[in-house]
Amino acid sequence: MSTTRKRVYGYLAEFKSASSLYKAAEKVRDAGFKKWDCYSPYPIHGLDGAMGMKRSILPWFVFFGGMTGTFTGFFLASATQTNVWSWVPGLAKAIETYPTIVQAKPTNIFTVPAFFPIMFELTILFSGFTVLFGLLALMKLPRLNHPLFASNQFHRATDDGFFIAVEARDAKFSPEATRSFLEGIGGTSIELVEEEDS
Amino acid sequence: MAHATTNAPETHKGPKLPVLEREKLILNGRSYHWITDRICGVLENKQPAIWWMLFIPSAIIALIGVVGGLTILVSTGVGVWGMTNTVFWGWDITNFVFWIGIGHAGTLISAILFLTRQNWRTSINRAAEAMTIFAVMCAGIFPAFHVGRVWFAWFLAPVPNANAVWQNFKSPLLWDVFAVSTYFTISLIFWYLGMVPDLATIRDRCKPGLRKLLYGIFSIGWRGGNRQWSHYEMAYLLLAALSTPLVLSVHSVVSFDFATSVVPGWHTTIFPPYFVAGAIFGGFAMVLTIMIPARFIYGLQDMITMKHIDNMAKIILLTGTIVGYAYLMELFVAFYSGAQYEAAAFKYRLVGPYWWAYLAMMSCNVLSPQIFWFKWARENLWVVMGVCMCVNVGMWFERFVIIVTTLARMFLPGDWAYYKASPVEIMLFVGTIGMFLALFLLFLRFLPCINIAEVKWTLPESDPHFDDIHDHPDHGVVKEAAYQQELAQAKH
Repeated sequence: MSTTRKRVYGYLAEFKSASSLYKAAEKVRDAGFKKWDCYSPYPIHGLDGAMGMKRSILPWFVFFGGMTGTFTGFFLASATQTNVWSWVPGLAKAIETYPTIVQAKPTNIFTVPAFFPIMFELTILFSGFTVLFGLLALMKLPRLNHPLFASNQFHRATDDGFFIAVEARDAKFSPEATRSFLEGIGGTSIELVEEEDS
Repeated sequence: MAHATTNAPETHKGPKLPVLEREKLILNGRSYHWITDRICGVLENKQPAIWWMLFIPSAIIALIGVVGGLTILVSTGVGVWGMTNTVFWGWDITNFVFWIGIGHAGTLISAILFLTRQNWRTSINRAAEAMTIFAVMCAGIFPAFHVGRVWFAWFLAPVPNANAVWQNFKSPLLWDVFAVSTYFTISLIFWYLGMVPDLATIRDRCKPGLRKLLYGIFSIGWRGGNRQWSHYEMAYLLLAALSTPLVLSVHSVVSFDFATSVVPGWHTTIFPPYFVAGAIFGGFAMVLTIMIPARFIYGLQDMITMKHIDNMAKIILLTGTIVGYAYLMELFVAFYSGAQYEAAAFKYRLVGPYWWAYLAMMSCNVLSPQIFWFKWARENLWVVMGVCMCVNVGMWFERFVIIVTTLARMFLPGDWAYYKASPVEIMLFVGTIGMFLALFLLFLRFLPCINIAEVKWTLPESDPHFDDIHDHPDHGVVKEAAYQQELAQAKH
């Protein structure tokens, strides 16, 4: 019942500085590994290239999120206060359109400039939420536990440690060769990280 | 400056090139671990006695002022504010505009200075963003409660209500609702996302227990892998790019509340840029007012250096001068326009019964920062604090002058009145100051007050090519000279 099997997560190797991490990353990339990552206390400039990563696709999400905001703002203001959408059957009744004639502004499409601030603010608001949720999705967070947290040196990755972890599920991973490879590129205190298999 | 330049040695490849050395942002060659220790120490160690000496009075003032003041207000009605039928906006909207303005410096530092690659922002952005959040919270109280029957405040939200009447989306007051609530939301997202790696740092330093659990939950399992950093940095850039037009829009929209009316003294096109400059001006003064003591109490002098204070003083000088220009231009146009109501409104501001407010505004906002032209003044913390205090007071008076002196003299002489604040209004304003301070002290107690990850990023050894340059005997000068020569040749 209480026996827990351990499953190998991968190797964790420490590097002495940002420069050595950067150089090691280039070598890991060139060796053809795919499931690995560099860990550092701050973002290292140019490491994306050294790891062979593509640019984040987050801006695309945010563009469409922002556009949704713009149209929401436009629709909200125009559908409730103008006759712009009167061609849509049943809409006026459904949302209780009430063309508000104030400030001598017309109730047709020409009143739209007065809606620009609302459209702008909703663009920003929707974009901001897309940044937040898009980012969480791309980072695969929140995830409160992770095999690496079992390592007793990994806590230094948020302080002053620079690490590379190569995962066991990588096709090129092998218990001996990967270890000596990491040693060869300058990794120190190499540790086999295991996770508890349920 | 001559002393900031070192002459590069002659190289065989190129001409002698001067290499401009940047002033260091972190002094005394501190290590990564020192930075982590010092910033986390602020919230891990026992708070100094002065923290309690400030927190207890602030919390009491906040409780009496805000909770007490609002209780009186709601249970009696807005009549307890000293407003009349003519001066229908008094301290409430003055305070609203004042607090919203304070918030703007935080977003300016975190967004605009990020986009313009001003790396010195890293030491102060976290605290300034926290200030934004708390200032907007203080600001929100006033418009929410000045509607009178606060339980109907939800009428501001664009949802169908029982009267089947939608909001007037053409009204600047509704624009304000959207602008301020968007501003608060985006600032909160920006602040929180910026803090996630630092919360993970604190999590990793905690012993197992409730504390570790809470920091663990709020750091959402951050690991600091580059596959996270890559998206994270993009998100940060996007938020900065979104916040920049947002912050400019918020105070512009606030100024539309006034500028789109046909009231003399308010109906001017200069208002949006003038409000934005004033907001940044007042906000920077508040950042310094709070950070100079905090840096001293917690020993953060190596991270918030005199260079940071110098830069902020220069921004105060610049924006203060812009504000001064706006004041003078407003006066000039009022008299030059030949519009008699406009001229009368400004004459009333200058020599009417509120002359003291106008004088306070002018001397605090326009004259006092001029001392920052002198280097010794920017280097003397007492002078800097003094000027910042003046600016805090002056910016409050600016809003008072705009709102009250204008409303007290509208078109009909029968409406003319002299407005005085009531005790409840004063209570509420003092209460928000207490609330702001108390929230800021709690922030210092529980959250990292300096952006740990970004400060580390500004150290020279954080450059991935640092070792290449540093281990080289000439510190990379040969490479630089060769590059410069190549660049010059490419141009020909």
